[in-house]
Amino acid sequence: MVSALLVMAGIAVVLGALLGFASIRFKVKGDPLVDKIDAILPQTQCGQCGFPGCKPYAQAIAKGEAEINQCPPGGEEGIRKLADLLGKEFKPLSAEHGVEKPKQVAVIDEALCIGCTLCTQACPVDAIVGAAKQMHTIVAPLCTGCELCVPPCPVDCIAMVPVPETVETWKWKYPVVPIKLKEPA
Amino acid sequence: MLAALFKFRGGVKPASHKDESTRAPIARAPLPARLVVPLRQSAGGTPLPLVAAGQKVLKGERIGAPEGNFSAAIHAPTSGTVLAVESRTLPHPSGLSAPCVVIAPDGEERWIERTPVNYAAESPDALRDLLRDSGIVGLGGATFPSHLKLKPGAAGRIGTLIVNGAECEPWITCDDLLMRERAEGIVRGIAILRHIASADRVLIGIEDNKPQAIAAMRAATAQATGVEVVPVPTRYPAGGEKQLIRVLTGIEIPYGRIGPEFGVQCFNVGTAWSAHRAVELGEPLVSRIVTLTGNVERPGNFEVPIGTPIDDLLALVAPRADTDRFIMGGPMMGFTLPRTDLPVTKATNCILAASPALFPPTGPEMPCIRCGACTRACPAELQPHELYWFSRAKNFGKAQEYNIFDCIECGCCAYVCPSNIRLVDYYRFAKTSMRALEREKTASDAARQRFEFRNFRTEREQKEKAERLAAKTAAARQAIAGGEKPAAAPTPAATEQTPALPQLDETKKALIAAAIERARAQKEGVQPKNTDNLAPEKLAEIREIEARRAKVREIAKTPPEEPV
Ligand code: SF4
Ligand code: SF4
Ligand code: SF4
Ligand code: SF4
Repeated sequence: MVSALLVMAGIAVVLGALLGFASIRFKVKGDPLVDKIDAILPQTQCGQCGFPGCKPYAQAIAKGEAEINQCPPGGEEGIRKLADLLGKEFKPLSAEHGVEKPKQVAVIDEALCIGCTLCTQACPVDAIVGAAKQMHTIVAPLCTGCELCVPPCPVDCIAMVPVPETVETWKWKYPVVPIKLKEPA
Repeated sequence: MLAALFKFRGGVKPASHKDESTRAPIARAPLPARLVVPLRQSAGGTPLPLVAAGQKVLKGERIGAPEGNFSAAIHAPTSGTVLAVESRTLPHPSGLSAPCVVIAPDGEERWIERTPVNYAAESPDALRDLLRDSGIVGLGGATFPSHLKLKPGAAGRIGTLIVNGAECEPWITCDDLLMRERAEGIVRGIAILRHIASADRVLIGIEDNKPQAIAAMRAATAQATGVEVVPVPTRYPAGGEKQLIRVLTGIEIPYGRIGPEFGVQCFNVGTAWSAHRAVELGEPLVSRIVTLTGNVERPGNFEVPIGTPIDDLLALVAPRADTDRFIMGGPMMGFTLPRTDLPVTKATNCILAASPALFPPTGPEMPCIRCGACTRACPAELQPHELYWFSRAKNFGKAQEYNIFDCIECGCCAYVCPSNIRLVDYYRFAKTSMRALEREKTASDAARQRFEFRNFRTEREQKEKAERLAAKTAAARQAIAGGEKPAAAPTPAATEQTPALPQLDETKKALIAAAIERARAQKEGVQPKNTDNLAPEKLAEIREIEARRAKVREIAKTPPEEPV
């Protein structure tokens, strides 16, 4: 009886020590939950969620200070993934934060640009090249389509255009044809 | 002398239907009224157009320059005038369009200056560049640029060259006829590819249902050393690259690896033939052999200039009245063409007219009963039913775990499925979706990085600015304390008139005055500077735009008549 107790106590001590060691040895730097949330957010960095970028929004979600349905570029799918990750109820995109749109890129009408550099200061991902009094242009592959550069432009020469589907980016259709229920008349 | 053959697992034996289109020799398709040459005809990027509307081109003139080293050049299939460089619908399952060069042939077929090259005297590098600039891509259907497949490097030396004449897909016979009629040229092309790869051994695999092709190739290779024609058992997909390599050499290439890592590389017979034309005759790839068969009156093979509208070809073979769709490629791996006014590309090996009688519609899709028939048929040794479940549930992570990217989309599984499930469509959906997700992830990771770097940079700039400012203030204070006037002090009187003021106030005042002066000077400098040296037209344009904007603002101010 006593020996059994001793054995059990011994095992408990050893395991406890192991766990303690592991928690120090394998300590994760930063907040893994924030990173997980940030990985789901689309990184458009548009600020529509009410935070200055995706990371701050991720931090707010992790702290429970923001709802999961505030990111329009992420859309329904993003909300679903966040709901899955956090074990929360899915809710539709909050209308006050915007609507889901197809992916766009900004295009500068270069003939009109006066080189005021205001757009470069607005772009969150440094996707615009130019210098004072010089024509500016947007590096399309880097543009996230956040629209932040559009309002500051004093000559309104920035337009958002949808990214067209090409043979390279085209996706095969989902082969399952959904059964349509007849709507009650 | 026959090498012992190996076996690949799975496979099916559909009716081959090769006789229909092998009765007549290869015919030359007439020049159409218009050629539409897509610029993107190979994997790896869209070549940039080198011509503009109105320009005259010669046959074989380069009209598309490969982008980097990853695609192959595009050439004018005949002499004529460029009508337009514009977006046209491609023969692709998406039905999307991409840039094409539209050419009106002048009927003279005037070639560019053709310079034959003695390959034996050239370095492999020079020959690879020549292949790229001659637009040589894999003609088996995958159109992978050949010069990339011949690249040595970390992958290792190619000891064995496999030449693919298996042509395992039913109905298609373009390689069969090419081997029967042009074995000489193919063998010369093989010698070039072999020279580039410096391979010791060449194995030409041909399915044993093509005795004439085997005989012709044997005759053509009788003199060559180290070249062997090997008949392989007829079983679809024996012509799959990995399957043929397995059958001929016993080497099994694992997932994510490529042939050269195991000392083998595989080329189609058509590719070898066009390599011969490109190097030894100086003729770039401007035409290919296309099989026109199925539900048509006069099936056969035609040498077709790239860019010929498929409609023009169909007129040659007269599709029967009950034809309900046209398939590009074979019945197993091909896809239904969205329209028939689309051009022939380097990937078009066959146009198959389908009718309900020839290809009876499969019944409705039933649930998977896990019979395992697909698993037995899969030549890639996958578990198609599992892949189906995961693709259907959009559980892409699991699908990848079950090696969905190993699937060669051969269609064997769908062919044997008793529940009529269009399995390959599910895999294609899953694969393209996964690739799209991958692209999105790469893009969003890059955006995150740039965003974080920008934040870091802004912070650093602010800190540096604050530091500079502090240093300047300190310097100015010191200067004033030392009795000197600051450089930009407003008036000499300022310091003289108030000598009694305490030192601190004195300093402050001087600093503020200096700042105001600086701001004033700056403001003067900042006035509408960038419109100063513009041409009058530009100024007028800007004025016009300003007027337009003013008007828009005006309109925005007035309340809308009808509230929406
Ligand atoms: S709304 Fe914009 S900034 Fe906010 S998380 Fe979504 S993409 Fe990022
Ligand atoms: S270019 Fe404009 S739309 Fe694009 S990321 Fe920058 S600010 Fe956003
Ligand atoms: S904000 Fe407009 S005018 Fe100013 S640099 Fe950008 S594009 Fe040019
Ligand atoms: S299509 Fe893919 S899963 Fe089906 S049999 Fe062929 S390789 Fe296997």
